[in-house]
Amino acid sequence: MSVKLVYFAWVRERIGKGEEIIDLAPSIVTVGDLLSHLKTRGEEYEAALEYQDVIRVAINQEHVDHKTPIGGAHEIALFPPMTGG
Amino acid sequence: MSGAIKPRVAIQSDDFDTAAEIARLTSGRHDIGAVVTFSGLCRDEAGTLQALEIEHYPEMAAREITSIAGEALGRWPLTGLTVIHRYGMIRPGENIVLVVAASAHRRAAFDAAAFLMDYLKNAAPFWKKEHLVSGAASGWVEAKSTDAAALTRWQEIEK
Repeated sequence: MSVKLVYFAWVRERIGKGEEIIDLAPSIVTVGDLLSHLKTRGEEYEAALEYQDVIRVAINQEHVDHKTPIGGAHEIALFPPMTGG
Repeated sequence: MSGAIKPRVAIQSDDFDTAAEIARLTSGRHDIGAVVTFSGLCRDEAGTLQALEIEHYPEMAAREITSIAGEALGRWPLTGLTVIHRYGMIRPGENIVLVVAASAHRRAAFDAAAFLMDYLKNAAPFWKKEHLVSGAASGWVEAKSTDAAALTRWQEIEK
C-alpha cells in the first residue's frame, strides 16, 4: 500500500521534509506499527519520533490514536501536540 | 433551531476586523440579546518576543474548526457563530484568533465561546514557533497541560 505522509512543526523540521509518499508492507497494521517502522528509516526519523507517545496522528485529516488501523488511509499526518488559539 | 445555522469559519494570514465580524452576526436582527467575543493576541513576553510564526495543516484545520463549531451549535441555542484563526508571522500586539458567539441570552454565548477556545487549543492543527528579539534560536511553543485539563471540564458539565 502506498500512502502520503505529511509532517508539521518540529516533526517536519527533524525529518527534514514536509511530505513524502512511501510504500507500506502489509505487516504495518496500526498507527503504532507505522511509527515504529518510520524510526528505522534513519536518524532524522529517530530524532523526530523519539518520544513516540507524544506524536499526534491524523488519518485522512481526522485525529486518531496509535492503536487505529491505517487501512484505507490515503493521507497520514504526524505532528506534535497542537498549540493554536 | 440550531440546525439551520452555519458557523462562519475562516483561516487566513490577514488580520480581521472584530467590529465588522460582530456586525455580520447582528445587523438587521432584533432577536439577539448577547454577543460574546474572544480575541487572542500575540504578547511580547516581556519584550523578548519578536514574532510568533504559526504553522497549520490547512485542510484539517478548516475541517476540525468547523466540526467543533458544529458541536457548539448543537449544544447551545446560538443565533450565530464565527471563528477566525490566523497563520503566518504575527507580531506582538496583533490578533491571532477570534471567536464571536451570539445568542438570545448571555449564558449560551459565554459558554459557547469558552468551549470553542478550549477545544481549539487542543484539537485544531496549529503550531506556534517563537522568534526572539535576541536572535537566539527560535523554538516551538510547548502544549500546556492546563489546556488539556480545560477540556475535561466541558466533558463533565451536563449538556
